[in-house]
Amino acid sequence: MLKDITIGQYFPGSSLIHRLDPRFKIVMTVIYILMLFTGSRLSCLIVGAVYTVMAVLLSKIPMKMFMKSVKPLMPFLLITALINLFLVGTGATVYKWRFINITEDGINISIFMVIRIVLLIMGSSLLTYTTSPITLTDAIERLLTPLKKLKFPVHELAMMMSIALRFIPTLIEETEKIMSAQKARGAEIDTGSFMTRAKNMAAILVPLFISSFRRADELATAMECRCYHGGEGRTRLRQLRSSPRDYTALAVTIVFYAAAIVIAHI
Amino acid sequence: MDEMIQIRDLHFSYSAGEGETEPAEEVLKGIDLTIKRGEFVAVLGHNGSGKSTLAKHINAILLPTSGKVTVEGIDTADEERIYELRQKAGMVFQNPDNQIVSSIVEEDVAFALENLGVPYEEMRQRVDESLKAVNMYEYRQHSPSQLSGGQKQRIAIAGVIAMQPDCIILDEPTAMLDPQGRREVMATIKQMNEEKGITIVLITHYMDEAAQSGRIVVMDKGRVVLDGAPREVFSHVEQVKSIGLDVPQATELAWELRRAGYEMPEDILTEQECTEAIMELFRS
Repeated sequence: MLKDITIGQYFPGSSLIHRLDPRFKIVMTVIYILMLFTGSRLSCLIVGAVYTVMAVLLSKIPMKMFMKSVKPLMPFLLITALINLFLVGTGATVYKWRFINITEDGINISIFMVIRIVLLIMGSSLLTYTTSPITLTDAIERLLTPLKKLKFPVHELAMMMSIALRFIPTLIEETEKIMSAQKARGAEIDTGSFMTRAKNMAAILVPLFISSFRRADELATAMECRCYHGGEGRTRLRQLRSSPRDYTALAVTIVFYAAAIVIAHI
Repeated sequence: MDEMIQIRDLHFSYSAGEGETEPAEEVLKGIDLTIKRGEFVAVLGHNGSGKSTLAKHINAILLPTSGKVTVEGIDTADEERIYELRQKAGMVFQNPDNQIVSSIVEEDVAFALENLGVPYEEMRQRVDESLKAVNMYEYRQHSPSQLSGGQKQRIAIAGVIAMQPDCIILDEPTAMLDPQGRREVMATIKQMNEEKGITIVLITHYMDEAAQSGRIVVMDKGRVVLDGAPREVFSHVEQVKSIGLDVPQATELAWELRRAGYEMPEDILTEQECTEAIMELFRS
């Protein structure tokens, strides 16, 4: 049951998008977000939409998966659309009934907002779908390296992230063991009213916490034994190498961004 | 210089917490031990005998309350040379899950080398060699969570071997493994000792594992009580039993037979030897 949990929802593959340098992918995602926030007319989004469709097709990940990532945010989309529909009062009135006043601008802005959010979700999902969490952490560490000069603990953050990722399956396994052990002792975890179940969760969480602290302590000793002393003077087995492919992809993204700016100012 | 590890009059007690007036009890009460290069030493002892505490002194995870521990001439109390020391004396722990740092096997093996700042080309080569040495090369891209306990423990050993240590200390490495995993890990340890000449200090409470070593040190209540070759140590059946440890089954059977008045040799260790001795008894 718990085994189904996937963090980061990475889909292994070898498409062009998968093979891009993760650092470039992060930078391109940032440019992509900027692109979507250029201008406020529907025509501005066309550029973003074309770019998204192109990237999705290149990633060879089924469209269905992107729909799945949008689904949980449907209520949010609906509320955004309704608020804009009812509260925008400018432009020609299309429909009027008592206090409700729907205008042309209202309709346009609602559609615009919904499309923009859907594109945002799809674009960022594309990053996590095509990049494994550990690679992503690595790329973030390297992109943030300049911040080290400002005493920002870049290496430490990345190390914590990667240890957390490493221990997710271990802790899931442990949780399942504790659950079975508590069920065998008669704890009601799957049955009973909401309150009983919530109370009984303590029987799982307390042992889980205690064992996590013990694990942390042992891991720290093991890391010390292997000469860990922070990020200073560290070399890496995983090498990130940028290729002409990455620069081309970045150039294409910038061209799209420029196009969006141009359209916004016409 | 043939002495790998030298322990002189080692005393250790965990420092008493704040507010506690009584001094903490000594865990190690004066240990003298010399381990030579290339030896395979098993440290046997009951829970609380201080064997794990002793192991942690060898690579400066714990420092002596009094006395001295040196590894290849480096004093463990010398903070300047602590990374040099830890690179020479690697350590493998009991729980395989709690010593693997990375989500990818080969990156975990590289962890120590990354910390030591080994350049990429050399690191790549040493990681591959270490993985091949423990027969886990084909798993290099796997996630540790996909591996069995024995495989994870072999990865942990590979992570230590990558440092090219002169000595490996293993603190009950097989305690959490199934019989299959135990066999794999023991075979790997023996191979490291025989082929690479790495000094092994194996902390264990399994008699059959200790019997495979070249020398057994038996600890009880913070002291070394017996020290010698497996045959010699296990021939002191009564003394071994008196501190709550067992002797290998074959040794015990021979001992019981001898007590019952049959003529059996004193230094029986393996089933093979025991069978032969019994056959001999029938013939005469």
